[in-house]
Amino acid sequence: MAAILLLAAWSQRSAGFAAEAHWAYQAPVRPELPRLAKPQPGANPVDHFIRHRLAKRSIAPSPLAKPEQQARRLFLDLIGRPPQPGEVAAFLADPGQRQYEWMVDRLLASPQYGEKWARRWLDLARYADSNGFQADQLRDSWAYRDWVIDAFNAGMPFDQFAIEQLAGDLLPGATLSQRIATGFHRTPTCNVEAGVHPESNRVNQVVDRVNTTGTVFLGTTLECAQCHDHKHDPFTMNDYYRMFAFFNNTPLEVKQQGKGVTWNFYGPALSLPLSPEKQAQRARLQEQIDACEVEKEAAQLRKRLNAIRPHTTLVMEEMARPRDTRLLLRGDYLTPGGAVEAGTPRSLHSFDPALPLNRLGLARWLVAPANPLTARVTVNRWWAVFMGRGIVPTQEDFGTQGEPPTHRALLDWLAVELIESGWSMKQLHRQMLTSRTYRQSSRVTGEHLEKDPANRYFARAPRVRLSAEMIRDAALSASGLLAHRMHGPPVYPPQPAGIWRHVGRNAPKFVAATDENRFRRGVYVVWRRGAPYASFVNFDAPDRGACVVERPRTNTPLQALTLLNDEAYVEMALALAARIVAEPGLANDEERIGFAFRVVLSRLAKPAEVDYLMQLLAKRGEELAAHPKAARQLVGGVKGWRMPPGVKARDLAKWFAVANVLLNLDEAITKG
Amino acid sequence: MDRLQQRFLAESRREFLKHTGVGIGALGLASVFNDRLFAAPSEPGRGDASAPRWPHVAPRAKSVIYIHLVGGPSQLDLFDSKPELAKRNGEKCPDDMFQDKQLAFIREHPTLLGSRFGFHRHGQGGLELSEHLPHLGSVADDLALIRTVRTEQFNHAPAQLFLHTGFERFGRPGIGSWVSYGLGSANRNLPGYVVLITGSVAGAGNSLWGSGFLPTIHQGVEFRNQGDPVLFLSNPAGVTPKSRRDIVDGVNALNRIALADVGDPEIATRIAQYELAYRMQSSVPELMDIRRESAATLEAYGAKPGKASLANNCLLARRLVEKGVRFVQLFDQGWDHHSGLFKSLPNKARQLDRPVAALIADLRERGLLDETLVVIGAEFGRTPMLQGRSNGGAPNNVGRDHHREAYSVLLAGGGVRGGITHGRTDELGYGPVENPVHIHDLNATILHLLGLDHERLTYRVQGRHFRLTDVHGEIVNGILA
Repeated sequence: MAAILLLAAWSQRSAGFAAEAHWAYQAPVRPELPRLAKPQPGANPVDHFIRHRLAKRSIAPSPLAKPEQQARRLFLDLIGRPPQPGEVAAFLADPGQRQYEWMVDRLLASPQYGEKWARRWLDLARYADSNGFQADQLRDSWAYRDWVIDAFNAGMPFDQFAIEQLAGDLLPGATLSQRIATGFHRTPTCNVEAGVHPESNRVNQVVDRVNTTGTVFLGTTLECAQCHDHKHDPFTMNDYYRMFAFFNNTPLEVKQQGKGVTWNFYGPALSLPLSPEKQAQRARLQEQIDACEVEKEAAQLRKRLNAIRPHTTLVMEEMARPRDTRLLLRGDYLTPGGAVEAGTPRSLHSFDPALPLNRLGLARWLVAPANPLTARVTVNRWWAVFMGRGIVPTQEDFGTQGEPPTHRALLDWLAVELIESGWSMKQLHRQMLTSRTYRQSSRVTGEHLEKDPANRYFARAPRVRLSAEMIRDAALSASGLLAHRMHGPPVYPPQPAGIWRHVGRNAPKFVAATDENRFRRGVYVVWRRGAPYASFVNFDAPDRGACVVERPRTNTPLQALTLLNDEAYVEMALALAARIVAEPGLANDEERIGFAFRVVLSRLAKPAEVDYLMQLLAKRGEELAAHPKAARQLVGGVKGWRMPPGVKARDLAKWFAVANVLLNLDEAITKG
Repeated sequence: MDRLQQRFLAESRREFLKHTGVGIGALGLASVFNDRLFAAPSEPGRGDASAPRWPHVAPRAKSVIYIHLVGGPSQLDLFDSKPELAKRNGEKCPDDMFQDKQLAFIREHPTLLGSRFGFHRHGQGGLELSEHLPHLGSVADDLALIRTVRTEQFNHAPAQLFLHTGFERFGRPGIGSWVSYGLGSANRNLPGYVVLITGSVAGAGNSLWGSGFLPTIHQGVEFRNQGDPVLFLSNPAGVTPKSRRDIVDGVNALNRIALADVGDPEIATRIAQYELAYRMQSSVPELMDIRRESAATLEAYGAKPGKASLANNCLLARRLVEKGVRFVQLFDQGWDHHSGLFKSLPNKARQLDRPVAALIADLRERGLLDETLVVIGAEFGRTPMLQGRSNGGAPNNVGRDHHREAYSVLLAGGGVRGGITHGRTDELGYGPVENPVHIHDLNATILHLLGLDHERLTYRVQGRHFRLTDVHGEIVNGILA
């Protein structure tokens, strides 16, 4: 009774909002480019909007950043690692617009672009390699992760990108790839602890799918409407369960094992094609079986043959008989209310009656040009990556409670541009990255602090700490260890012993790779929800138990300890030291220091920096001469690390100090 | 720092405060991890909107030691004596205890299971406890026993999430993070929220002390009993303390050059964090070394240096709150007695009884009990009904199922009235008949004792203000001193 009264009170309160008035619920229209008072060479459309506003506020835009800084920023933003000397030589020699644009195009075409951009999408998609909750067993879904990487690299239009992930299985003649894409909504956590009620688990997963869809595509927290009409935004509880109905036709995902109390994760999974090596293995075994005359031996061979199985990946599938959907009072699956039909929120653009009333229809509705939110929400997220903050600063909330856009016209221009470009992500990225606004210096001046300390008007470039994965990728790249192999099952780089021991059922051992898998990019590192990769956690990586739009960016002593002492970073510092010592053509230690700066920070060293590090080298040299054992301990301390031939342990230990310092610098882990 | 940078810090802080609730001002400003950021003076002429205003109400406790008995111990065999249940042992349970009820394991109409343990009254308050908790009996007049705690979840992981975060799914911060956010840390050299674990991690894993949508500076930091007490704390082999100092000096010297050049206050914070990290390298191992305690203290707790035990963790918890750590979360695995109840529970009770009693006595002796709130709880309790073969099964292998209607939580110190029992369950121990206490009420009360108003301790994200207690929570006045 109380709940019903409460409901009534809420709907009364919410009846008053003026949905029509809120800017974000009206489809964007391309605005005219603002006219600039004086001609500004090199200004692109983005700059017109930004400079127009700056002029009104009498704030001067910053000058272009130094060429080496522009290059570093671009590499970090597009492929997630800093440039290595040589990669940017052409641009540094001729840092004009043409060379800059050529660099942008080259990076957009790099396969590392997809690896970099997949990470953010995988946070939204709450992709992980385990089930979460108590058992937290590993699951195979990495083909979906690879699908995301490949989609970005192939320049898949964003509307298609959305449709295939939400409903690839329902497309006519769905391809293998389109079905793999539906892994997007097979990522929710799953509780298989003894005593679980499968239906409760399923309802939680559907709720997660609805909420994530709302956050990712509509920039809207639908969640409140699970229990009552949204207090501020025009979404009713009925709207919520109409959305729920779209996702309500997938099978249970926990299954009892035998007659006992053990449950297991299951649900639709797709077999991936066998790799050519495995196919060849199977063919060889089959030949042997055919030729074999002793039944016992043949049985053995058959066993081996059957053991060669394809990998699988989780996918969405509709049940043959759809479920009825009912409102769940207080959001509780045990108290069903009235029946509802699938449908989209009534306050948004209408659902084309020609569309099928299923996930595919929903997906097409989400990317319909009439949708006022999807394109805006999407370009805003990209803008925030490049420029440090969103045009709508509350990236996850475009509702009436979110912050209004600082540059509404620019946001709308970009949103329309996205749609009219055929939803081309690369084209939009290019548009933003070739702007003067992006290429500005990040230096904070007195005028900035006076007039716009928070950089709302984008009069300077942002300075932001890199993500956990980028910090590792950048250090691997500087140390020369980074392995470029793409795709495949998750990898296990070194982390302290025992982190997995306490988590989950039948926990596999975390065995650190000793081959190239030790040095592959962060996007491939195994993501166990109960205990994600330890150094990533210290740099604000989420547990991926739920959709995350924007990770926090903290600055803590645990981060210092990680970069100083984590075996993985010690190994990288050693490798960097070896790289410095082995680099040919360097005449003296000053030049070696200069090389190290170019490798780690993508710039020349300042005299004061060189002086300081020369002193450090001298100091280290003295101490190592007094304690020769320390050098051998350091070099021998990292398992799997082998000293390159021709390098002396003492030299390595001496340069380790310099490498360790450089990899720990604020600048090394910052995009500036 | 020059004036411009000070202004910049003030601005960053205002940005941060946008997330905080209306009128609560500068919660979390004293956090050890950003005290450089947050210690900036507020600007004159801007009003006091962002000036520190915490706590909301007069605090009774400064810190919390929260012992979570993972799995859910049987309140009926430890804290809530039910003679009637024992009398009717073996009878089919009344219909309304089974029909239309959600139980994790029991599927057929179960029988009642009485406790086989005796209960004794202790102290002036006459607190009634199981015969297997004699030491706790000796501090009974410091204990408030709530017998009517109610949760909404009956599986471990969701119930653990619900207990700590007020929400049964992932993504929200736990109470320790909320407290760290609300009050910050009182020690510059240690995190504000520390986690100590015996046995495997609870079902919901690290998410129980992850910071959810709060800044990750508020996540719990696990102090481990094997290897480095804090991950990555020790220098790698071959890096001497002297060379570590040289390297940290090098990092900071070069960072200072960058700070002068680009003027980003984040660099100033990073310099401070490297100094703090360096200090933690000596302060944390010192703190974790319980060999420094007297033999008498070790004996009282039953602690043994170098061994992972709840006793060691209780002692460490005292050492941590002594140093100003705000929230110490202990997890102790092994209380999920679906079977073998009467055999296993006394053993687990023994592991709990002496150390916790010693902890409370120790805090009292050191004058810390008044400002330290000790909570002993779990994600849920256990059924009065038997789980297992109701007839024909081995009589010693019986157990109890998960139970959410009513279970027991103990509190001590920090503004809690000792020697009292709050709430009463029915004669079979199934549900509350007097003073029910929901998890949201319990959490509201814990925050209240720390001086935090659970309705005003909010964080704004995804377009709304989130609270630990959602839109619920009543302070349990009956247990306040």
